[in-house]
Amino acid sequence: MNCRSEVLEVTVEARQVEEAMLALLHTILLHRSTGKFHYKKEGTYSIGTVGTQDIDCDFIDFSFVRVTSEELDRVIRKAVSEFKDALSNSGSDGVGQISLEFYQKKKSRWPFSDECIPWEVWSIKVNVVNLANEQERQICREKVGEKLGEKVINVVEVINRHEYLPKMPTQSEVDNVFDTSLKDVQPYLYKITYQITDSLGTSVSTTMRRLIKDTLAL
Amino acid sequence: MDSDLSPQDRKDLDKFIKFFALKTVQVIVQARLGEKICTRSSSSPTGSDWFNLAIKDIPEVTHEAKKALAGQLPGIGRSMCVEISLKTSEGDSMELETWCLEMNEKCDKDIKVSYTVYNRLSVLLKSLLAITRVTPAYKLSRKQGHDYVILYRIYFGEVHLSGLGEGFQTVRVGVVGTPIGTVTLSCAYRINLAFMSNRQFERTAPIMGIIVDHFVDPPCSNQRPANMGHPCNYRAPEEEEGAFAGVQDSQEVCTTSFSTSPPSQLYASRLSYQPAAEFCHPAANTNQVLQGGKEGGVVLVPSQPPHGAEVHLTVENNTPSSSGDEEGLLQSGEGGRRSVSPSDPVESLSAFTRKVGAFVNKPSTQITASSLDLPFAAFAPRGLDSEENDPMVHPPDSPPCQSPLQASLHSQGSDGSVQQDDFVMVDFRPAFSKDDLMPMDLGTFYREFQNPPQLASLSLNTSSQSMADDLDSLPEKLRVYEKNIDEFDAFVDMLQ
Repeated sequence: MNCRSEVLEVTVEARQVEEAMLALLHTILLHRSTGKFHYKKEGTYSIGTVGTQDIDCDFIDFSFVRVTSEELDRVIRKAVSEFKDALSNSGSDGVGQISLEFYQKKKSRWPFSDECIPWEVWSIKVNVVNLANEQERQICREKVGEKLGEKVINVVEVINRHEYLPKMPTQSEVDNVFDTSLKDVQPYLYKITYQITDSLGTSVSTTMRRLIKDTLAL
Repeated sequence: MDSDLSPQDRKDLDKFIKFFALKTVQVIVQARLGEKICTRSSSSPTGSDWFNLAIKDIPEVTHEAKKALAGQLPGIGRSMCVEISLKTSEGDSMELETWCLEMNEKCDKDIKVSYTVYNRLSVLLKSLLAITRVTPAYKLSRKQGHDYVILYRIYFGEVHLSGLGEGFQTVRVGVVGTPIGTVTLSCAYRINLAFMSNRQFERTAPIMGIIVDHFVDPPCSNQRPANMGHPCNYRAPEEEEGAFAGVQDSQEVCTTSFSTSPPSQLYASRLSYQPAAEFCHPAANTNQVLQGGKEGGVVLVPSQPPHGAEVHLTVENNTPSSSGDEEGLLQSGEGGRRSVSPSDPVESLSAFTRKVGAFVNKPSTQITASSLDLPFAAFAPRGLDSEENDPMVHPPDSPPCQSPLQASLHSQGSDGSVQQDDFVMVDFRPAFSKDDLMPMDLGTFYREFQNPPQLASLSLNTSSQSMADDLDSLPEKLRVYEKNIDEFDAFVDMLQ
């Protein structure tokens, strides 16, 4: 099985990084989350309901829809905030990439640990620019809003190709496919990592790989 | 074709498609209500949330959708469309987008109805949630309120996209294959937001003020013409019983104040804006027209629009010595961009008369082309002077309107070759404009004193001429002075 990989690229101002990442990550997670599964007897299950909410961006002329789940939002915000801090610490014209990877766990026999097999990876490349005056910032607000709209359309296009999705698991397997730790929604198992390159285009010496959500205990 | 489909599957599929259509309409209309939507996630299934998504059901919308479907389902050749349009407080309307739920013949026989199709329809609804926030109409709908409202209309059958203007764009939300065909959801949206002015100036009743209730259509009402949409600003009518349990009272119209400036202030810069066509306010015009028409009888002769893009009006004064008549002028000022065309008919300018105050017996004094006797004459096009940089002639984009009068100046406009013959005089009375001593109004005064004549001594020709004369007369003068040198010396001594 090949892992599907999609790359989105955005150019934003430093203060727009957080909202732009939240917008795209939440849009992807909206499509990759279901309601909580409730398994019944005879191997059937019912699915809970996913609520949605509109979020307006403060620094971008854009609104997006995300799943109504405070827990999920907290996790994503934390990851994005770390990414943003890393970007700003790297230098003024930083280029960075944040990746949202959906994976399946495959149980291996002892002593080998479980394998994580990604089936879809979304990489969002970010170019941070500095703007000189308020007028440019205003134009940037609108332009970035438009660009994010285009990215949302790209995301929707990819998702609606209805390519590989993990099979719906049985009760014993559900933790290999879904993240069941949240109490109101159930996204597919995912992890968020990021990578910062400085303005010279080379990797930072220690490629910082922060595993925000990783059920694998090393 | 669907012989492979079990009756139960077929029944399920039909149910899924029906509820998918109803939920699609709910999502679209709710996205254009003008407010942020928030629904809660629930871990325990309630059984009534189709496609595992918490989407409220606004009863009126469901009713309209069911009425449009009339028991049918979207099928091949039978599409369900939701048309979103904008309607200004003056009655102009414009289609913004059309969402189409269609079915084509491509079947996916192997797909599992109750499971895969259902889940994919759920994903498609989520995509619809995301895409409805991305099209240009979303931002417009968030700002609806006093100046315009967003309406929706559901129809079934053939898709009509002609009302979207030229160059409309299409975005495909997604497709879901089913054993009986492929469900496709797409949106065609207008990008040319210039107002279309191919309607007549309607003599509608003066708009006293937009009350949202005017647009609320109680269910089952037949007052509305068939092609008019329903407002996307649901408010539960008081007389209804509490059947609208599912609807929160958060559905209020977003009442942001909005100026009647040309559209470039309303929309983001990316939306194409054609300077020639702007918001027309025929009703506002009518109001003023009705007031002014009582006085005087001045014939207005519309001049030919120079570029077919703007309309300039001239006034011919037929009764110069009438006393007790107040003559006014209709300003059809074109707000926003106004090009100075040297081909402006000068004769039309020369036909401008001086505005005469009430009860004035003096005949009109000399009419000069430069003393345009127009209120706010500074804003009138001046074909005589080449003043490309004059901000009066080329006002910066969308100057904010400070008064209703100015608003009417700036916001009237008509596109294309509109030849309107039914102009009626409007009586303009700018403040402090009556002066019996000098029959000149504020605009003319301002204009004249803005352009004082040049000082004679500063004009180049005369100065060079006098210089030459001076040089020639110098030797003569020197001789005279030398002759009288004694007198000069005596004079100087006297002074000391």
